Amino acid sequence: MPTALDLAPLWLSLQLASVTTVLLLLFATPLAWWLANTRARGRAIIEAMVALPLVLPPTVLGFYLLLVLGPHGALGAPWLQLTDTTLTFTFTGLVIASLLYSLPFVVQPLQNAFESLDRKSLEAAWCLRAPPLDSFFSVVLPQAMRGYLTAAVLGFTHTLGEFGVVLMVGGNIPGETRVISIAIYDHVETLDYASAHWLAGLLLVFTFVVLLVVYTLNRQARVRVL
Amino acid sequence: MTRLITQCDLKRPGFRLHARLDIPAQGITAVFGRSGSGKTTLLRCLAGLERNATGLISVNDRVWQESSKGIFIPVHQRAVGMVFQQPCLFPHMTVRANLNYGLARTPLSQRHMPWDQVIEMLGIGALLERYPQHLSLGEQQRVSIGRAVLSNPCLLLMDEPLASLDAPRKDEILPFIKRLNREMNIPVVYVSHSVQEIVQLADTLVLVHEGQATVAGPIHEIFSRLGMQEYFGEVAGAIIDAHVIAHEAEFDLTCLEFYGRRLYVPRHSLNIGDAVRVHVLSRNVSLSLAPPQAPTSVLNIIEARVIEIGAAVPGKSAVEVKLDAGCPILATITRKSLHALALSPGQCVYASIKAASLQ
Repeated sequence: MPTALDLAPLWLSLQLASVTTVLLLLFATPLAWWLANTRARGRAIIEAMVALPLVLPPTVLGFYLLLVLGPHGALGAPWLQLTDTTLTFTFTGLVIASLLYSLPFVVQPLQNAFESLDRKSLEAAWCLRAPPLDSFFSVVLPQAMRGYLTAAVLGFTHTLGEFGVVLMVGGNIPGETRVISIAIYDHVETLDYASAHWLAGLLLVFTFVVLLVVYTLNRQARVRVL
Repeated sequence: MTRLITQCDLKRPGFRLHARLDIPAQGITAVFGRSGSGKTTLLRCLAGLERNATGLISVNDRVWQESSKGIFIPVHQRAVGMVFQQPCLFPHMTVRANLNYGLARTPLSQRHMPWDQVIEMLGIGALLERYPQHLSLGEQQRVSIGRAVLSNPCLLLMDEPLASLDAPRKDEILPFIKRLNREMNIPVVYVSHSVQEIVQLADTLVLVHEGQATVAGPIHEIFSRLGMQEYFGEVAGAIIDAHVIAHEAEFDLTCLEFYGRRLYVPRHSLNIGDAVRVHVLSRNVSLSLAPPQAPTSVLNIIEARVIEIGAAVPGKSAVEVKLDAGCPILATITRKSLHALALSPGQCVYASIKAASLQ
């Protein structure tokens, strides 16, 4: 049984995943809506950029993020001036990195949900005096609920399992950037297989349970109304 | 002045809409044309669903769009009710919530539709707590009509609302639309490619042909014009307003009267005294100079006067003749017959109309 100290990486990972998922759902909604509805030529470029983290080695993404977030980087330098702290090797930096890393896992389910929505349903809402934002919340959102559920779960679990990017950008600072995957890697390196087993097992069970709940809910949802 | 003015253009690849209309914004206006002629696009321009349309649209002196001044009132501020070809109900809401969706967004001062009466008229009172996916298509379409009406529109736009329904359902909904217009006093613009529907419903007719929407007028006047085959094809012919005077149950016939003339039609379920519109196809009307002496199978022989003779086009064997029988009637005869009868305007003729050809 690991001591209390050993569970800190798990809590940190859960924190990181929660913050990232909430922020992503907020940012990804307008982006996915735009991608689902636009006929602009730039669409393919944006789609490709969003999908990059799916196929790019995390070390590559992490390397560029390290440059951008570093004390002399495009984001890191102004941040240093404003807050007197660096973005690299901090929790905030990890959140920014995770936002990029998990973006496609949230955008794509939302985009699919928006695309499968009957556009007439939205037009009907407009013709019933609903302004665009109102019709989004009253007609689009409820019908895209399954897309949101999928997006949240994929974003959350994917952030939870993040390794390469964290290693590049965050390093291994206990309580700040030492997330569960890093801790497991550490344990294995120091041949502490028992601790590695515990953490790996916890992550495996937790992720499985979350996915199980989602798929069960989804199955019921198909039969029920929403 | 209650006019609906549309001077609207819209270009799409392979299609161009050109509308120049000034029609009364009251009663039922039917927009008629073949599939793909641009009827639906015209309706969507009125609703404000086509952002790329340019020109002027105004209803009762309220300007909805005036591109030259950069005016475009967005859909949700136009107070139009739209009924699409498919019901498009919100699947995550009950029928009641669907019905109240537009109503809840209507300013209090504009809520004058009697909720109970609309529900009763459409016969959807028993469905209120159910979800759309558990309703039949006909029920869904009635709910969607109710939903549009309860949003208290100043103009009700209907895009072939009956097209997805089978014949008995159509007969069920058609009278609702008429009653909605008459009793709730909402002007209706009704898109259809069914002559039968528009003959029953419309007061005003707008014709759309290959994107051109420039011909409009009272339905009787348009249907009694010569040379409308381009629009109506096989179903060209005048509309007669008549009323029922008797039923002949023995032969399953109903006898109608119009302008002192009698017209037998196949039996109708209407009551004596009821008004009825009869669409007399010009190809079912034949002419003779004297009433037939020998017995004939034709039940309807109507005395009329020639008003106008259509242009005889070389290469076409038929020519149209417009008659005055109290109201206008059109007849299509061959050019050979025209020559043999030596018809000229003012001449008295006898028009034979087979009862079996009338509906």
